[in-house]
Amino acid sequence: MRQEITQTREPLLRRMWRSMQRDPLPPRDDRGRMRLVMNSLVLHLHPSKVAKPTLRFTYTFGLGGLSLLLGGVLGVTGVLLLFAYTPSPEAAYNSMLTLQTRVWYGQLIRNLHHWSANLLLVVVVLHMLRVFFTGGFRTPREFNWLLGIALLLLVVAANFTGYLLPWDQLAYWAITVGTSLLSYIPLAGEVISRLLLGGPEVGAATLTNFYALHIAVIPLLMAGIASFHLWRVRKDTLTVPRRADEPPPERVEKVTTIPHLISREVVFALVMLALLIGWSALVNAPLEEAANPSHSPNPAKAAWYFLGLQELLLHFHPFFAAIVIPGLGLTALAVLPYLESDMDVAGVWFRSKRGRWLAAFSTLIGVAAAVGLVLLDEFVLDLPALLPFLPTIISNGWVPFAALLLAIIGYGEFLKLLGARACEVRQALFVLLFAGFITLTAIGIFFRGPGMALVLPRGVLS
Amino acid sequence: MSEQRLQSTQENRPEEQDATRRDFLKIAWGVAGLLALGEGTLVGLRFLAPRTVEGEFGGVFTAGAVEDFPPGSVTPFETGRFYLVRLEDGGFLAIYRRCTHLGCAVPYDPASGQFVCPCHGSAFALDGEVLNPPAPRPLDLFPVGIEDGMVLVDTGKPLQRDHASPSDVTYASGG
Repeated sequence: MRQEITQTREPLLRRMWRSMQRDPLPPRDDRGRMRLVMNSLVLHLHPSKVAKPTLRFTYTFGLGGLSLLLGGVLGVTGVLLLFAYTPSPEAAYNSMLTLQTRVWYGQLIRNLHHWSANLLLVVVVLHMLRVFFTGGFRTPREFNWLLGIALLLLVVAANFTGYLLPWDQLAYWAITVGTSLLSYIPLAGEVISRLLLGGPEVGAATLTNFYALHIAVIPLLMAGIASFHLWRVRKDTLTVPRRADEPPPERVEKVTTIPHLISREVVFALVMLALLIGWSALVNAPLEEAANPSHSPNPAKAAWYFLGLQELLLHFHPFFAAIVIPGLGLTALAVLPYLESDMDVAGVWFRSKRGRWLAAFSTLIGVAAAVGLVLLDEFVLDLPALLPFLPTIISNGWVPFAALLLAIIGYGEFLKLLGARACEVRQALFVLLFAGFITLTAIGIFFRGPGMALVLPRGVLS
Repeated sequence: MSEQRLQSTQENRPEEQDATRRDFLKIAWGVAGLLALGEGTLVGLRFLAPRTVEGEFGGVFTAGAVEDFPPGSVTPFETGRFYLVRLEDGGFLAIYRRCTHLGCAVPYDPASGQFVCPCHGSAFALDGEVLNPPAPRPLDLFPVGIEDGMVLVDTGKPLQRDHASPSDVTYASGG
């Protein structure tokens, strides 16, 4: 009797393992592989089978997955940094010095956190571009595009709040300039700015607020919305790539997620992780001298991702540069998928062959127009002096803004006259504005010197 | 059977009365929900509101005796975050050093006799007036008082103004 029991029962450890992992590992056949995905908490992020063409690296470039990987690196390194950092104006900068010189691998962990954060911002924008250019937000995926925009804003907010924490000159003045933008919001601006800063200027209360936002509020929101975003991708599936000007295929070959998708993801993640660690071992995150509230460095620049906005501020009245133009841009971005719900070009890069030409052409126009207008405003045109009888909000706000808007609308109508379809025109306008914004950002990063005068760049990382 | 009973209860109970009670409860729930939301928001905002610390920047500073500041001089006060300007005619102005454009600390440039912001190139005259945009308005002021020959500056609340005016300037009595 006793013998029988011991024979039928498996060893204790084995039973414990089987209670955790119910499916056999490794799975024996395709059924087992699909069942493994279905029953796994983590792998269930994926469907058990995926359309084979969506695996092509040059379709997604792994950008969504890379964002997730960077989020993970940021989470792990961020928690480590919590153990070394003190969030007070007196102690913050010294804890950074201690971290970099006395803590084992402190510099490496900080570098990883810093570079991952900056890279994440680039990667989520590229991810957005990929989705836009392949029509990946086609019905029923419109709302997921909005979730993506929310995540993009959260990534910016995380970067911005993290920027202050080292409490060096770079941090202090970038945040001063950045938060001052808020005070230009009509009516509520001063209140919001004071609430965020915890006072009239960047100080101890600001550091406390930003610390709480950076380590708790923003990461929690991000985790929640990112889960929602991924769940929606899982529910709606990826759009299937196809050639331009061809009808969508009737049948798409499907393959099991294990091993076809998982192996690609693991390889890509490992390669990117290796590159990230290699880069972080070689290039240190910047740390300038301790924050000095009575001395603004010259030039005082915001964080690099806000330099496009700061460049706009040099040319427009602040109400337009900080509020109207970014607000309109974001609104346009949010409604894009709802405008495009009629099109049937999902999976085609740049909508069509003509779309490609128009996008390339519009990129050139956008870059050239941004450079040309900056030079024009810098050296030739002085609207407030030309129109001294008008307040600057009109002469340096409404007038150039209306002119710009008319030029953009005119460009769109011109393309329509050439016979472009509506979705190709929208794409061309998007590319035009995006290229213009990137150009402004590049001018702000590389071509603005002391007193924010135009200069030739000295060095990229200096 | 059950369908019949359902019908009979509906017949017994006048529809209007039923709807009114349901409507009332709906509205009551809605109002209660809004109240709870409002209370939560209020508590949250009050909790997060900026805390002012007495005795630091924000209090009254005694800058010094009137005759310590020769006409045409600019004296920076680090902790008070202002410049005490004495104009050529002997009038005093306390100028908040925060640039009205984007909040940079504006240094005084003795060579040009102007306040020149390093961030975006705004320039201000000694009385704070904008000489060069992008600053949208003159530098803010702190109220200046002169008591017993001493210059007092109240950094409690910066005064915003659209244009510099002679009425901004404080003169020592009889001076």
